[in-house]
Amino acid sequence: MNGMPLVSGSVKLGFVLLLGIAWYVSSAHQLVNPLLVPSFTATMQDLWTLLRDGVFWPDLRITLYELVVAFAIASILGLAVGYAVSRTRYTIKVFDPLFSSLYSVPTILLFPLFVLFFGLGSGSKIAMGATIAFFPVVLTTIAGLGNAEVGLVKAARSMGASDWQMFWQIMLPASLPVVLGGLRIGMVSALLAILGTETIAAIGGLGHQIVNYSDAMDTPMMFAYTLLVLAIATALNSLVTALEGFARQRIA
Amino acid sequence: MKPAVVRAEAARSQPVILPRGSGLPGPLVARLGVVAALIILWKIAAGFADPMFVAPPEAVAVSIWHLLGESDLKSALGQTLWELVSAFVIATLAGAAIGLAIGRSRLAHAMVYPIVLFLYALPQAPMLPLFVLIFGIGPAAKIAFGVSHAIFPMIITVAAGTRDIDPALMKFARSTGARTHQVLWSIVLPSATASFFTGLRLAMSGTLLGVLLAELFVSQAGIGFFTHRYADAFQPANLFALIVMLAAIAVTLNEVCRIGEGRFNRWQG
Repeated sequence: MNGMPLVSGSVKLGFVLLLGIAWYVSSAHQLVNPLLVPSFTATMQDLWTLLRDGVFWPDLRITLYELVVAFAIASILGLAVGYAVSRTRYTIKVFDPLFSSLYSVPTILLFPLFVLFFGLGSGSKIAMGATIAFFPVVLTTIAGLGNAEVGLVKAARSMGASDWQMFWQIMLPASLPVVLGGLRIGMVSALLAILGTETIAAIGGLGHQIVNYSDAMDTPMMFAYTLLVLAIATALNSLVTALEGFARQRIA
Repeated sequence: MKPAVVRAEAARSQPVILPRGSGLPGPLVARLGVVAALIILWKIAAGFADPMFVAPPEAVAVSIWHLLGESDLKSALGQTLWELVSAFVIATLAGAAIGLAIGRSRLAHAMVYPIVLFLYALPQAPMLPLFVLIFGIGPAAKIAFGVSHAIFPMIITVAAGTRDIDPALMKFARSTGARTHQVLWSIVLPSATASFFTGLRLAMSGTLLGVLLAELFVSQAGIGFFTHRYADAFQPANLFALIVMLAAIAVTLNEVCRIGEGRFNRWQG
């Protein structure tokens, strides 16, 4: 079993290489419609131009701005509501199923409404990202705070801990691992929601730029930009996972 | 009224603990109260808001009734439902087959599983325009985008379920000389059923996200066309109504999967 990560890593690498070679060969020999699948070399040239000229920075800034605001709203509201709900077993019983059944509804359906309310700009993306990220945060906050070890809570109460002390000394450390997971899921789903809604209707942002090139039938640029956005999104994803791991270590 | 309510709760396998003597209503009643309060809040807010943007709840209910009589919209909804079902069926069948192969074959586990994990980790939203470019604006792109969201959770849960099988059972089968297909039918598949149903539920939420996202993206036809039309014409009642109907479809499909999963787990437990 020790060799597994190596095998799996080389299989992944091999898969990507194979995909690249298949793309190169099929486009070089005109096996596929160049309007649908552009030439590999043209795409790589465009990708190089994108990286060299840095034309993606303004759109990246828009997307990051939307992500940060959406995540801030979702985590503040999610933590506050989750804390309030987890105060008594009764409110947990009332609200927890409510939030989890809302969570299973595809909230992306609300996007047309958000466009109507907040317009095509960043407002509708922030609203969408915040709505999607709210649910994992609130659910994990309720689960984390609600499931803090009963013995620990009782002991602290019987020794006369104040609400404030209870929160900082007992509840927070007990619930943080779960809540951190919820924050990570919230951040990642907000990013995906923002990128997705930027492709649906927007005036700026990474997702919007992909659609712009697609509408202009500039497929090499569209592929190049898609690859770039995939790389950026994957990097953000890894960054968030790393931050979560770091925070976990700090508590432990 | 009460027993039916309690039974519906039990079907979701959530024990209802009614607070005795506290004077508080039961959790379910309180939950309905919260929903009712939200609708009343919506009604009050709609009174203050611009009617170009917000429609009151009763206007939305009337709109649902009217829209159900419009054949264009009904066919768009029907097509969306058909796309959802097709994507779900394709993703779960293919996903179960690939998952089974990964779970039972060491070679497939070494060669295919890393690729599955790699593809699953890719953010799919930026690839939506690519799907539409390749598959066109018809149902194919929406089904493909739904499948790409649903298939990986299915593969992963089925692979996990068919891999973790009680070694004692396998040893018993082998020592009694069971053939491969006998082992598969009598041991592997029965022990993997729970993970299969979990996979179905996850695949359903993936299908819903993928198909609906693609539907909203394509504005020339289908649901996306109507959402754009209602929003551009400032007909919030119609827009709200369409969203409520789509949400109803989504909730129904989700609940079917969830009830199936819960029922099965009860049999096993």
